[in-house]
Amino acid sequence: MAEDPLLSVKDIVVDFKTRYGNARVLDHVTLDVNSGEILGIVGESGCGKSMTALSIMGLVPNPPGKVTSGSIKIDGMELVGMDVDRLRQIRGKDIGMIFQEPMTSLNPVFTVGEQIAESVRLHENARPKAAMDRAVEMLAAVEIPEAETRAKAYPHQLSGGMRQRVMIAMALACRPKVLIADEPTTALDATVQAQIFDLLQDLQEETGTAIILITHDMGAIAELADTVAVMYAGRVVEKGTVDAVLSAPQHPYTKGLITCVPHLEPDPPVERHELMEIPGVVPALTELGKGCAFAPRCGEAIEKCSGEKPRLLATGDAHVTACWVAQQERAQ
Amino acid sequence: MGVWNTIAKRVGYGLLLLVAVLILNFVLISIAPGDIADTIAGDMGGADAEVMAEIRTRYGLDQPFYVQLWRYLSGVVMFDLGHSYFFNTPVTTLILEKLPATLLLVFSAQILAVIVGTLLGVMAAKKPNGPLSLTVTFLSLFGFAAPVFWTGILLIILFVSIFPVFPVAGMVDVTVEGGFFVQALDVLHHLTLPMITLASIFLALYSRLARASMLEVLGADYVRTARAKGVPERVVLYKHALRNALGPVVTVAGLQFSAVISGAVVVEAVFSWPGLGTLALQSILARDTPTIMGILFFSSFVVIIVNILTDIALRLIDPRIKSG
Repeated sequence: MAEDPLLSVKDIVVDFKTRYGNARVLDHVTLDVNSGEILGIVGESGCGKSMTALSIMGLVPNPPGKVTSGSIKIDGMELVGMDVDRLRQIRGKDIGMIFQEPMTSLNPVFTVGEQIAESVRLHENARPKAAMDRAVEMLAAVEIPEAETRAKAYPHQLSGGMRQRVMIAMALACRPKVLIADEPTTALDATVQAQIFDLLQDLQEETGTAIILITHDMGAIAELADTVAVMYAGRVVEKGTVDAVLSAPQHPYTKGLITCVPHLEPDPPVERHELMEIPGVVPALTELGKGCAFAPRCGEAIEKCSGEKPRLLATGDAHVTACWVAQQERAQ
Repeated sequence: MGVWNTIAKRVGYGLLLLVAVLILNFVLISIAPGDIADTIAGDMGGADAEVMAEIRTRYGLDQPFYVQLWRYLSGVVMFDLGHSYFFNTPVTTLILEKLPATLLLVFSAQILAVIVGTLLGVMAAKKPNGPLSLTVTFLSLFGFAAPVFWTGILLIILFVSIFPVFPVAGMVDVTVEGGFFVQALDVLHHLTLPMITLASIFLALYSRLARASMLEVLGADYVRTARAKGVPERVVLYKHALRNALGPVVTVAGLQFSAVISGAVVVEAVFSWPGLGTLALQSILARDTPTIMGILFFSSFVVIIVNILTDIALRLIDPRIKSG
């Protein structure tokens, strides 16, 4: 692992000014993505997954949000504090993004072909005809049948799954180095979800684009991702290779997330296993104390947990965890 | 195919509406007390019952109501709106003479109000709490609250005594000679103040509307998508957002068109603009019913045409709007 990561997020802090005080939405988040790799980010709603994506894109809504400190580098280029026009050239060109709402993420008054072609015209100075040809090519690449006809369709004429394919085509039109997929299947049917994941995986193998997959679908992580980061209340609490984290989770929150996944068994036992849940809810970000944010919900919490925030430390090979209990066990 | 069907349907409805307007106008004016015989007799200094009956026979007022209505309607089909008692001219000739001036004023004011109003709204939406946004809010409240005649008179005072650069009355300067271009420029010069006065109220309305509509659209997911694609902010505003925000502005502009026409009546009076408004005022004072009905007919005609155009414009802006 001598080469530098393609995308490196280091100690990024994002603060939101709210009526109830300052909310630290991202608290020293550090992530690396190597080229050709799929990084999964999991966590509950409001844990900072999407905000991590938006801060990489330079799209943190401002006001009220602000990247307070930290560094985001792509190919060695610093994005935090970069000139707006330069950043705009990187968005869509080096980093593509897919959002969770395919129904509303496409502009209703332009044809889908035009929306893909616009990106190509912007970043590659392509002529309108060439850009449209690329749009049709991309639509075919995301397995939309009759791509040429569909390019002339408006978003409302397509189904949700189709629209998400269009979004993927748009995000990949300029062959970005990194693709951020923010819960790309949340709004879709289960069968369509599987199709979209298959598509992402195929495209990833074909193009070698690195993918940041934001989801709360542990199954998708297990199947697609190479590495995984678990987030809680604005912090990364555990990360490592998928094998390491899923087979031997160290953080009680990760363990909770994994036991929450329902299992379908071929022969249901006479007495059904109860579906596990994590008690309590995510705390308000304005009310975080000085201890571990998960401590109030944690069954294994010790005294130290509510006094001081744990840092990410190695708890295995290619596996780091921010948990006092896990770190103690490791030390013994 | 679909588009033409819709347009044909709209035109059909428009024609039906026009007939309804004609009948309603005719009924309303018939119910109103007094008729042309009273007016003529009044001008003559009094008349006995015999003379009154003679006048009524001459103008066909002795016929039953439905016969009068039928005569009027069949006349309209032949572009004959009757004869003006007061001006002693066919109403159609009278109106066609004045109509261009009014159309020029009404359309130029409306276009000015829509374009400038929308641009102000977009700029205000960029920074909803910025100084420009506050100025737009203030100006629009002011423009909306100030009566047209008052704005007009203030402008007259300003441009007569302080900056005498724009003429404040009439439509042409008889001393100006030259080709078409020079004449047109002269008309434009005269048009400036009445146009601004009439536009001021509607400009206020459209800028507020455009601002609100833009603010809503700017929060939409597809605007975020456009930004994520690396679209420059200017293009995000004027292409991705504005096209979506235009719907309400165009709808309201279509609905408000009849209000612009009634506003024009007052503005024409203030600036002695030789249009339908001035004619309407004169004919109402003279109880010249054929002329009044003719003007009502023409203004409804224009309003109906504008509504059809609005529908077509909305379809062009938003592909989701289906025929219906």
